[in-house]
Amino acid sequence: MIPFSPADLEPAPAAVRAALGLKPGAEPSPRSEELLRRALAIFRGLAAPAAVTRPVTAEEFAPVFAGRGDNEPLAPLAGIYPRAGRLHLFAFTLGEPLGAEIGRLFAGDFALGAVLDAVASQAAESAARVAERWSESLPGPGAASGAPWRCFLYSPGFCGWHVSGQEALFAALRPETIGIRLNASFLMTPLKSVSGVLAAGPAAIHRLEASYPFCARCASPACRERSLAAPPA
Amino acid sequence: MSILNEISLRLEEGDDAAVPRLVGEALAGGAAAKTVLDDGLIAGMNVVGGRFRDHEIFLPDVLLAARAMYAGLDVLKPLLERAGVASRGRVVIGSVHGDLHDIGKNLVGIMLKGAGFEVIDLGNDVPAARFVAVARERDARVIGMSALLTTTMPVMKEVVDLLARENLRGRVRTIVGGAPVSAEYAAEIGADAYGYDCAQAVEKVKELAGA
Repeated sequence: MIPFSPADLEPAPAAVRAALGLKPGAEPSPRSEELLRRALAIFRGLAAPAAVTRPVTAEEFAPVFAGRGDNEPLAPLAGIYPRAGRLHLFAFTLGEPLGAEIGRLFAGDFALGAVLDAVASQAAESAARVAERWSESLPGPGAASGAPWRCFLYSPGFCGWHVSGQEALFAALRPETIGIRLNASFLMTPLKSVSGVLAAGPAAIHRLEASYPFCARCASPACRERSLAAPPA
Repeated sequence: MSILNEISLRLEEGDDAAVPRLVGEALAGGAAAKTVLDDGLIAGMNVVGGRFRDHEIFLPDVLLAARAMYAGLDVLKPLLERAGVASRGRVVIGSVHGDLHDIGKNLVGIMLKGAGFEVIDLGNDVPAARFVAVARERDARVIGMSALLTTTMPVMKEVVDLLARENLRGRVRTIVGGAPVSAEYAAEIGADAYGYDCAQAVEKVKELAGA
């Protein structure tokens, strides 16, 4: 089990400010700072992080990744997962109460709702990073080698893995046990949930050498940035 | 300082207690509701939108200003309705079918209302046909679509194509936005505009609506 606690996931105020568009060095207004204090307090009171994982082999993951057959013809993960030394299906949620509170605030106090949403989004991102570090820390060839393994989370809906892949992922992992549900359009509720596959292996497996057509349209190339941080294959 | 300037200034500060009080005072002093709306509330939101666009303030400040705007609008609304003052136009917004998040779309909706538009928010996971049907039924001038996932962006093109098939392209304009969306993609699918962020989206909608 991956150990999660709200305290581990609570984002630094500076990270939330940056996510909301405050330039480095700029002075936030007292009113917005009060919103951030309130949002962090709500997060501490309502966040109920929970995760589920399941180790799988590349052969077991192949049909999960294939899903309904809707993936991009050239999806980066298709070349990554067969070379991974360790794969875990993964799902995480911050819980229903926090998601419900964000929705309730958006209907009334939307300023506080937006800040709480940003806090929760940062926390969900942190959860993915915690899970990646957890996978990297597991005993095995990576830990024993001189070149530690790197783990990244890859999720349906991103990098050519079609969002309908959630269906096969859920069938194999059963995140319903921690309260995550999937609707007919493959949307997860609670909203602040994360799912995908944790792929760990030598850093080079994550390097994206090809320029994928959908990458050209993507304005949030976090996967390419982390890929470029990995050494060439 | 005139009371309209003071309304604008307090709105910029996000003071949702002072704004409705000052709006009431302006009305009691004989100002017309439409004047208070245009020269007080909307003038203040325009300043806020410009400062946000120029990165002088950040999102919570915009939302606090919008909250103050709404508080002022609550006072004005009955008078505006009685006087038959029309909104700047109807805008249908939503996150496209299959998409998860609606924060960006919500922020655009808040800013559009602050700019004087009537916003019909269809929520998230909205099929192309519903965007078009509601725009037709409610005589909307603009459809705003948001997508967070590359895999759901094609729904935006479905909406543009459906508008063309139903001969609505000239009457209903389209604007797209969201993390993976770009101006190039908007041009590629034939959308009328692209909004990089909520402030730019509002400016583009003003242009599209001719407001």
